[in-house]
Amino acid sequence: MQRVFRRLVSTMLVLWVASLIAFVILNAAPGDAAQALIGENASESQLQALREAMGLDRPLLARYAGYLSGVLRGDLGESLISGRPVAQLVGERFVSTLILSAAAALIASVLGLLAGLWAAAHQGSWAELGLMSLMALMLSVPGFVLALLFTLVFSLKLRLLPVAGGGSLAHMVLPALTLAVPMLAMVARLSRSSVLDAARADYVLTAHGKGAPERTVWNRHILKNAVIPVMTIVGLHFGHLLGGAFVVETIYSWPGLGRLIVQAVFDKDYPLILGAVLLLAVIYQLFNLLVDIGQGLLDPRVGGEAV
Amino acid sequence: MAARAGRIGLQNLPREIEQAALQRGELPARAQPAARKRRLHLVAGILLLCAAVTAALAAPLLTPYAPDAINAGVRLSPPSAAHLFGTDAFGRDLFTRVVYGARLALKLSVLSVFISAVPGILLGLAAGFYRGWVDQVVSRLIDAWLSLPGLLLALLVIARTGPSLDGAILALGITGVPGFYRLVRSGTISLCQLPYVEAARSVGVPDGRLMLRHILPNLLSSIVVLTTMRLGTFLLAGGGLSFIGLGAQPPDPEWGAMLAEGRDYYSTAWWLFAFPAGAMILTVMGFNLLGDGLRDQLAEY
Repeated sequence: MQRVFRRLVSTMLVLWVASLIAFVILNAAPGDAAQALIGENASESQLQALREAMGLDRPLLARYAGYLSGVLRGDLGESLISGRPVAQLVGERFVSTLILSAAAALIASVLGLLAGLWAAAHQGSWAELGLMSLMALMLSVPGFVLALLFTLVFSLKLRLLPVAGGGSLAHMVLPALTLAVPMLAMVARLSRSSVLDAARADYVLTAHGKGAPERTVWNRHILKNAVIPVMTIVGLHFGHLLGGAFVVETIYSWPGLGRLIVQAVFDKDYPLILGAVLLLAVIYQLFNLLVDIGQGLLDPRVGGEAV
Repeated sequence: MAARAGRIGLQNLPREIEQAALQRGELPARAQPAARKRRLHLVAGILLLCAAVTAALAAPLLTPYAPDAINAGVRLSPPSAAHLFGTDAFGRDLFTRVVYGARLALKLSVLSVFISAVPGILLGLAAGFYRGWVDQVVSRLIDAWLSLPGLLLALLVIARTGPSLDGAILALGITGVPGFYRLVRSGTISLCQLPYVEAARSVGVPDGRLMLRHILPNLLSSIVVLTTMRLGTFLLAGGGLSFIGLGAQPPDPEWGAMLAEGRDYYSTAWWLFAFPAGAMILTVMGFNLLGDGLRDQLAEY
């Protein structure tokens, strides 16, 4: 319990420093949000007036303190473009991103685990070599190229699925698959090697030696131990999925947080960027925390001193 | 028991038993194709990268066209003798653009890795060498850096610089610092416990010299491997950024930007997709293969 508490405190500290870094990157001199908003052609007095209206004439740290106290009250400021509260904009989009990431993680862990187990059971065969080579290839194809390929084949040639957009299950298939592919390859490689490692462990030999049936050894000894590292990597990668999905979301026009951030970057809508990025950072840290705790619960070896 | 052990059990005998069985000639000796296969990876990686570097350096010699020369007469023409890779929607020669694209690709990956390696290595050396509060402060800072998952930090930087190739290079470089930092820090910590560092310190070698001349050279092989891997990762990430418009901008023959430009014509003009994407995948594979190969070669020492 004390371990969890200490981990929680250090997570909060890390997030606080992260918010400071993000705030400073977006707000430090030279140039500022007012300059970005008003463009190159404005006169100096117009710029000054806008700065005062936006509160940008105050020192950087004072502005950060103001922002932070707002964040703690759930106020992330307002979007420079639409004028709506950032918390509201981010909240609307967040669910879509979460659903998409969860679908991708689900596809990747189920298919990846199956592929990995199958490969482990057929170790040394040509089929295994082929499957694992395919997995290696899947890791080195860029996500956006995969997205283009999928659109080309499934939407333009076969006309099975919509090209882009959001709202229905059919819209989600291609983006979820695109996000799942590299993760699937990772899960397959990891589960294969952890099954092989577990099968080699002393306790499995002992189980065989005392005459436990094959099926029991598989289920109780090999699979149970092999699944732990796989769950860890899925949990960690899920957080990464949230932050890395913006390219895929933009390509498929999926109405998620990533696409919102990309649009905000084009618009130089700094409060919106900051709010969305911080939300993702919090979720990401939360997932890391859950993975750590879950690992401690599942694997008694991790308990005590680790982390 | 052997029968009951099944496939998995049989092939994964504890090492000692396997060794003993090997010596008695009861098991077929496992061939040693691994080393040769790895050398093959290394050679393949070097060849792929040589092709990319040649294309980048000798671009004007390889093609008679200019990368931005518009020729409305040959819009979207398929690959032919005059236009090896066909032409795009403006009638620009695609082969020329892909070849010139190698320059931008190498510029992007080399510069961004340089930007992440230099501060990462210096901070890692200092934190691992001095430990104490220096390590505490820098490591917490790096943790915060890493708490912005994926390329979010890069997006923050691009929001400031505006969408451009240089902005993407800076942004990717900044996201890569923690990787180098962690590698060098942990390497420095373990090297500092070795007697030769202690000996150098006791004869009065100054700290800076100790770090740069005694510790850093011993970390070089792992740094080289990480560098090679990162070259490929950053090339991919930079291509993705350019594709969604946050990196290199359209008239530039950057592979990601070219793919974005051709997007509306894919269903009829496959070459607009195949060649830039192929160039990118092959270059990334070159970096990955070289990295894998180097890791295995260097690990032997």
